[in-house]
Amino acid sequence: MQLVLERRAERSGTIALASPLIAVGLTLVTMIILFAILGKNPLLALHAYFIAPLTDGYSLQEIAVKATPLVMIAIGLSLCYLANAWNIGAEGQFLIGAVAGSWIALKTQGTDAGAWVLPAMLVLAAAAGALYALIPAICRVKFGASEILTSLMLVYVAELFLDYLVRGPWRDPQGFNFPTTAEFDPVATVPLLIEGGRLHLGSAIALLVVGGAAILLGRTIKGFGIRVVGAAPRAARFGGFNANQLIILTFAVSGALAGLAGIIEVAGPVGHLQPGISPGYGFTAIIVAFLGRLNPLGILVAGLFLALTFIGGEQAQIAMKIPLDVTKVFQGILLFYVLACDSLILYRFKLVLPSRQVARGAG
Amino acid sequence: MQTHRRMLESTPHGPNSGESPLLRTTGLTKRYGDFLANDSIDIDIWPGEIHALLGENGAGKSTLVKAIYGLIQPSAGEIRWQGERIVLSGPSEARSRGIGMVFQHFSLFDNLTVAENVALGLDGKESFKDMFARLEQVSKAYGLPLDPRREVWQLSVGERQRIEIVRALMQDPKFLILDEPTAVLTPQEADQLFIVLQRLKAEGRAILYISHKLEEVKRLCDTATILRGGRKVETCALRLETAASLARMMVGGEIKAVKAASGRKTTALRLVVNDLSLAPAESHGVRLQHISFELRGGEILGIAGVAGNGQDELFAALSGERLSHAPRTVVIEGIAAGRLSISQRRKLGAAFVPEERLGHGTVPRMKLSENALLTGHAASGMVRRGFIDTAATLKAVDRATETFDVRKAKRDPEAASLSGGNLQKFIVGREILRNPAVLVVSQPTWGVDAGAAAVIRQALLDLASAGAAVLVTSQDLDELAEIADRIAVMFHGRLSAPLAASEATRERLGLLMGGSSPESTEVVHAAGA
Repeated sequence: MQLVLERRAERSGTIALASPLIAVGLTLVTMIILFAILGKNPLLALHAYFIAPLTDGYSLQEIAVKATPLVMIAIGLSLCYLANAWNIGAEGQFLIGAVAGSWIALKTQGTDAGAWVLPAMLVLAAAAGALYALIPAICRVKFGASEILTSLMLVYVAELFLDYLVRGPWRDPQGFNFPTTAEFDPVATVPLLIEGGRLHLGSAIALLVVGGAAILLGRTIKGFGIRVVGAAPRAARFGGFNANQLIILTFAVSGALAGLAGIIEVAGPVGHLQPGISPGYGFTAIIVAFLGRLNPLGILVAGLFLALTFIGGEQAQIAMKIPLDVTKVFQGILLFYVLACDSLILYRFKLVLPSRQVARGAG
Repeated sequence: MQTHRRMLESTPHGPNSGESPLLRTTGLTKRYGDFLANDSIDIDIWPGEIHALLGENGAGKSTLVKAIYGLIQPSAGEIRWQGERIVLSGPSEARSRGIGMVFQHFSLFDNLTVAENVALGLDGKESFKDMFARLEQVSKAYGLPLDPRREVWQLSVGERQRIEIVRALMQDPKFLILDEPTAVLTPQEADQLFIVLQRLKAEGRAILYISHKLEEVKRLCDTATILRGGRKVETCALRLETAASLARMMVGGEIKAVKAASGRKTTALRLVVNDLSLAPAESHGVRLQHISFELRGGEILGIAGVAGNGQDELFAALSGERLSHAPRTVVIEGIAAGRLSISQRRKLGAAFVPEERLGHGTVPRMKLSENALLTGHAASGMVRRGFIDTAATLKAVDRATETFDVRKAKRDPEAASLSGGNLQKFIVGREILRNPAVLVVSQPTWGVDAGAAAVIRQALLDLASAGAAVLVTSQDLDELAEIADRIAVMFHGRLSAPLAASEATRERLGLLMGGSSPESTEVVHAAGA
């Protein structure tokens, strides 16, 4: 008896929708085993992870806040991935955006600058993120350098640059030597959507980004070009789509969105620039993009789900002393299963039974 | 032909001389999901016979030989080899039992030498030196000249095929399977191959010869088994059959003959190529050298030639997938287009059909409507202010479906789910329905069933009758003879002067395809002019 993968004639729409759900299911089963090995009650742990955060308003807002950068970054990444361009460096673009936006906030600090400050910060952060993402894109297009390596390496450059700034020239003189800038002025802060709550304007911007991406990919010739370049490069050239142009474009858009997410995080929930403003948003967003099937609406759902694991992880740590790193284990296992289940869209399992005809001959 | 006859007479074996066949399949069945690729096929192969396997694309020929060669496991039925029932674990077991195969698509490494490629293909225990000596000896003994030290990329397609044949012969097979071996050969090269095959037959080896060229099969083979739709139609002695009777069995009915409208008038110059030279984009590609021709409306120009002589490069230069250095090298509808993109050339009224259907002409995993958009977005009103008019793309699919009888499971399936013939009808239809002034089409009926091929050839003739200029690249000389007004030949990146179709005999074209010396080409030109 043999289990074989058989190619389907046409991609299965049902499985395309079900595959992320199967992946989540398999991840949960694996997590239950893992919790049991750690000596924790698996049911209580799952409850702390996935149910408890959904039961109070504060956690719900916090989920939306965490989902905001994940969704924005993942939307940009999905454009790259659809075009077969592998931007792994969103984390760096996020940080550079945060740095660039913070520069305006720090320059205007204590002056009576008006309402233009925040919009200027957002624009500059997006531009800086885009320019930073263009470095690997141009290296790929002009010199054939692997954008996977260059974009990833630029993450560490950005991290160290941020570290230098907050420990050196931008350090808050009244900050007791902590590596952080001063708190931003109110005009340099992302306004809250709910008075006294956590939900801020950034979440609304993320929703706009989702809508924009859905229209771009589903309705416009530009979005079609992005998909064709990724799906069949030769056919794309035949169709008159310039792959190099689209790689540059998707990297720029993706960098801009990551940079925007960066400054929104700094000028919103955090309130000042410091190291560790991102718990790996740029990398988790890769999981979000694939879990969401590189589809804008799917990414919105996947972003909320991954945000839930962040919040749940914190709660599980507080309530059950489960190490926070388990959250990262969870995310890694999830990505593994998502990619594995995706093969079921084009292939199906088939059980090949031994039959008399196939049995070995007497010789 | 004399050698041919002498060999036949000296053949000690015949289909009826032995008691048990060399190879016998009984009820051989291969099922893919719900699809029966082979439905209970019985076939007997006798020592010393050349057995033709005939059938249209999708008839199940490849599946059958893959099962015999151990590449796939049959779902039911049995294979007997010299009377003994066998189950092959894979091609290496087939080879060790004495079954060899030469594939249509060569599996050779371009950057390795002939000897290295042969060594990689053998399940060798012998030293490289011994193998090298044996290679030289086998290639000499069978009149298949090869220099073992040369790298494969330097060799012609015919020479590459020789490597595959020699590699198979070095294992001393009792039974050799050849999959469409003449598809890539000039008529003269094919004649040489036939001499080798007759010799193998005389040695008592059996050959299974897959082809759809009926005249050639009649000339070479003794017996033919005809497949249609996965089933065996008949096994017959070839001397009792005509090409027409074989074609009827293959297709299961008469094929509509293609008719050209009489008295087609040529009109203005629509496509002019002036001294087009272009370095190859890839290493080992072909350099286009000083290509010039003129094409008027109402005219079909055929370009013959063995694959890999620059046809792909010419297509890319004409379509704009590669830009040439000077604008005047390609002139479409009077506009210098050499530096224009493919979309701009489409706006000038040009349309293109590449050889590869999946991955070049269409995106395999996209719907037909999206594939209509692929080439229609620039000049067919499917895009307004950057937004896609989905209704217009679906309408284009429906029109192509109706006009060209594209058969598919639903209104808008993925391109990859269509059969080769239906997808090709869709692609040709997609371009023709844009009413192009110039159509450049490469291998229009490659791997397409006879019915679809007739539809496509008729469509090209009708398009020319309506006043368009049509450029057809094909390796099928019969196809060019059927539809082209003039035929030119590509060899090593150069294009011969076109011959009028009436003067383009197989012999003349064959000489040009083999790159006969410039003087003799001159003579042919003079004769053709």
